[in-house]
Amino acid sequence: MKTEWMVMAILLAVLLFRLGRGLAQSTLLSLVQLLLLLSTALSLTGDSTTPLFGGMYLNGPLAAFQKSVLLFAAWMISLLFSDWQRESSHLSEYLILLLSSLLGMCFMVSSGNLLMLYLSLELATIPMAAAANLDLGRKRSSEGAMKLILSSAFSSGVLLFGISWVYGTTGSLDFGVIAKGIDGSPLQTLAFMFLFAAFAFKMSAVPFHLWTADVYQGSPMPVTAYLSVVSKGSMAFVLVNLLHGMFRSMSGAWYHLLMVVVLATLVVGNLFALRQQDIKRFLAFSSIAQVGFILLGMTGVRPLGPSAVTYFVLIYILSNLAAFGVAALVSARTGIEDIPSYKGLAKSNPFLAWMMALSLFSLAGIPPTAGFFAKMFLIVEGAWQGDYWFVVAAAINIAVSLYYYMRIVRLLFSEPEKSIPTLVPAPSERLGLLVCAVGMVLAGLLSWIYDHISTLN
Amino acid sequence: MPDTTYLYLIPFLPLAGFACLGLFGRRFPGQTSGWLATACIAVSAAMALSTAFGYFSDWGREGGGYASLQPIDVPWLVFTEELAIHLGVLLDPISVMMICIVTFVSLMVHVYSLGYLKGADRLPTYFAFLGLFTFSMLGLVMSSNLFQMYICWELVGVSSFLLIGFYFSSPAAVAASKKAFIVTRFADLGFLIGILILGEGADSYDFLTIIERLTATMDPNYAAVMAPTFLGFSVIGWGLGLVFIGGMGKSAMFPLHIWLPDAMEGPTPVSALIHAATMVVAGVFLVARLFPVYAVSVPELLSWVTLIGVFSALFAAVIACTQTDIKRVLAYSTMSQIGFMMFALGVSGYGGEAGLGYMASQFHLFTHALFKALLFLCAGAVIHAVHSNELKDMGGLRHRLPVTHACFLIACLAIAGLPPLAGFFSKEEILLAAYQRNHTVFYLALATSGLTAFYMFRLYFNIFWGQGGATGHHGHGEGGGFMMVPLVILSMGAIGAGFVPFGQFVTSDRLPLETHLHLGFSIAPVALGLAGIGLAALLYRKPSPLPGQIASRLGAVYETVYDRFYVDELYQFVTKQVVFRCIGAPAAWVDRHVVNGLVDFTGNTALKLSETVKGLQSGRVQQYALVFLCGLLLLGLLLMYIF
Repeated sequence: MKTEWMVMAILLAVLLFRLGRGLAQSTLLSLVQLLLLLSTALSLTGDSTTPLFGGMYLNGPLAAFQKSVLLFAAWMISLLFSDWQRESSHLSEYLILLLSSLLGMCFMVSSGNLLMLYLSLELATIPMAAAANLDLGRKRSSEGAMKLILSSAFSSGVLLFGISWVYGTTGSLDFGVIAKGIDGSPLQTLAFMFLFAAFAFKMSAVPFHLWTADVYQGSPMPVTAYLSVVSKGSMAFVLVNLLHGMFRSMSGAWYHLLMVVVLATLVVGNLFALRQQDIKRFLAFSSIAQVGFILLGMTGVRPLGPSAVTYFVLIYILSNLAAFGVAALVSARTGIEDIPSYKGLAKSNPFLAWMMALSLFSLAGIPPTAGFFAKMFLIVEGAWQGDYWFVVAAAINIAVSLYYYMRIVRLLFSEPEKSIPTLVPAPSERLGLLVCAVGMVLAGLLSWIYDHISTLN
Repeated sequence: MPDTTYLYLIPFLPLAGFACLGLFGRRFPGQTSGWLATACIAVSAAMALSTAFGYFSDWGREGGGYASLQPIDVPWLVFTEELAIHLGVLLDPISVMMICIVTFVSLMVHVYSLGYLKGADRLPTYFAFLGLFTFSMLGLVMSSNLFQMYICWELVGVSSFLLIGFYFSSPAAVAASKKAFIVTRFADLGFLIGILILGEGADSYDFLTIIERLTATMDPNYAAVMAPTFLGFSVIGWGLGLVFIGGMGKSAMFPLHIWLPDAMEGPTPVSALIHAATMVVAGVFLVARLFPVYAVSVPELLSWVTLIGVFSALFAAVIACTQTDIKRVLAYSTMSQIGFMMFALGVSGYGGEAGLGYMASQFHLFTHALFKALLFLCAGAVIHAVHSNELKDMGGLRHRLPVTHACFLIACLAIAGLPPLAGFFSKEEILLAAYQRNHTVFYLALATSGLTAFYMFRLYFNIFWGQGGATGHHGHGEGGGFMMVPLVILSMGAIGAGFVPFGQFVTSDRLPLETHLHLGFSIAPVALGLAGIGLAALLYRKPSPLPGQIASRLGAVYETVYDRFYVDELYQFVTKQVVFRCIGAPAAWVDRHVVNGLVDFTGNTALKLSETVKGLQSGRVQQYALVFLCGLLLLGLLLMYIF
């Protein structure tokens, strides 16, 4: 439980500073950045694996690593969006909300009981709805928060309904006991569907994705990034554990279900992303398509599934956060949010343009960035199971996504129409972008990163 | 075998050049960046040549032939036991030959660029991209497995994309780079799926293992992949067919050739390197790499290779006769010559005398790289002098550009297949291989070869003879020494390369193949070549109204050929009318009606009310929940009753 303790400690520290009003905004931010870095590093050193609270809380090596990934992502967010964070009038509230949600996610990844799962899921979600409202002056922000909380309430209802049926048919809330009692009866199938839908909703898989666009567009940029990257990543971790753990015996059924959802998600995500002109909406919709790939990784029936997903999420976090980071910086300094205005960014801001290009390359899956290996690997997994039609469909989607990612890269390096002023990233932003860039290149090239993840399972 | 671990330096030196120029290029003054890149590639070329020398004369020999060696093989991404991606170097006659060609032509192009782009903007970027390309191409030909090759294959595509679009302020260049990228990307999709199928069929991605398992009739994998599956083709048939589609895209075979002529928007030295000598032959190389599997497991697929090759050769040659842009003529000529290489592979068998086509195809690849690079570099010198690509702006340049003139003439004679230049020998072998297998193919090839002589000399007479063009007197003379030296070196190659006893070195089964020149057999092609040259001289040596009259007499036929058989328009039609209508429009419809529909519908009336009211009262959240629920129930039904 080391990771959770550390998150709680940081949370408590921010809360105390808030009460005492003793710290300047930027000092507080730097402190949190430092603490998050420290706890990421510490969490990587391993954690005890004894079950706690009578099996409510389980911690394995893979779960511990997944939590490190989440902490790392939170650290990145605190670095990358320092423009918005420093100017926000509610920095400490924002940090408290972010950290509470992070805490919820950590518990969620480690939960061994449906009750625990539900509670931590709520802890992970509700603070984000509040955080979405943090651009207090903008009505869109409030609208987004409202929609998020309403939709989440709906999905929680569905989840609880599913949980109650699981409990009704197996007589237990404990993952281990449930796994033994799952026999694929119609009632359990429907219960599974409800559980699946709730997570698919959080990951904004099609057809449960409709809330995404409004919420993402309304929320402040760091919250959007957090929702679309970190939150989705943690949900993916939990879902893959559920699929490969509790519902393993039903894998024949959910395999095909996933196929349908993956295809729908890829197609819809891509078709929408194709038409977006607003960089934030674009990233949000392309992240729906990326979720399709994460779900594709879950179809691996072989024991590899969870590690493959963890690896993909790590790369997804690195690539997406870098893109969001650049977009946030440009938007905060110049107000540019529509894609055509990025034309010629490379001329005045080569560093930012290269970072953006690198992350788009990675998202598009072009070698030698990490995204290539992740996608290649997922497709090979699919091919291994002999579903060629499916692989073809996924590959066509990759080709389509290439088109829209490359469209932006081309814009970045075209001759500018209006000159964009030279923007100097703050040291923390520069550090964050560089870490993402190094990660994007190395996570693919260094084989031991994947090897390490696959030994954890 | 001596220590060959240094081999990795051959591709990595250009990469180091790329990294160095990419990161610090702007800090280098003037031409320094070009010198640095040239130095890197020069060392690579020296190492490649010495490797080739050692391999062919000494340590590569094995039992009368040449060995397939894997001096470097590093497990890289080990996903599972069956599925591991290795990084390795495979040395066999074709890869050794290819590294020599790639590094040598690349070196020539680097030197030439020092003169050609002197004083241009963004020189470091240009040389950085050239380095990246050279690295990827070397990686591609040295790959020991399909995955590594695919990675490099994609990188080659990316660097080609970057270089075509190098003049990014020209909309044509940007459009061309996009076209090249998209067309080859879709072909690569075939390649990728083919790789996956082959890999699964052979349980390995390693070339040597695949060839070993999928050509041995006793191997369990072989029996499994030969069983007919989808649409009656065998698994291996699908795999190799899809791989061939990838090759068709890169090698600009009909109907995936449409990107190549447009790619000529890139700087001319780039066209010489990428779109003439190296990248475009990747498809030929790919088929040659997997040739034993093609020949043994699915010989019927080779008939397709023949058909597509010979058709592309003839088709491109006919178009080349009508084009007026010097680089486009050369582009179609490249496509035509690659067609020759393809069908030579198609008519070849595996091993012994039957493997003549394979040898001929690789021989032609080798000689073609030299004389086609020479042609492009000469064209660059001409364009440099007259500042135009159009034939009408040229003419009478033989006095102003004597060196270029001589080199261009040599290259034209070589490509026309006149003895004793390089093209004669390789083309002769191809024709002989075709003659032994299939007479129809032979006659078509013969006709194409006559056409080749005609259109090349049409180009030659138009540029160097006749009267000066419109802008003829304003441009300057020959480029400097940097441009002349590569021309002279390459011309020596174009003269002498044919005398290499190629059959001793590169054959399908790696055993020496005795080749004989049949004097009687050579009469027809040479006579046809001379006739083509004669006709071109008659029509174009002096300004004459004849060509125009012939064109107008041919009327619609000429128009059709001039417009490249409307293949581009066909693609346009398919993408605009079919793809956009049938896929794009419904997507737009969904977008408009599902996402924006309610905004538009309620928006117009609600616009006058406050934003908040609109946001909260538009009912969209309920709608979201409804969609959520319907989707849930639908999927639930699917899950319960279908899966």
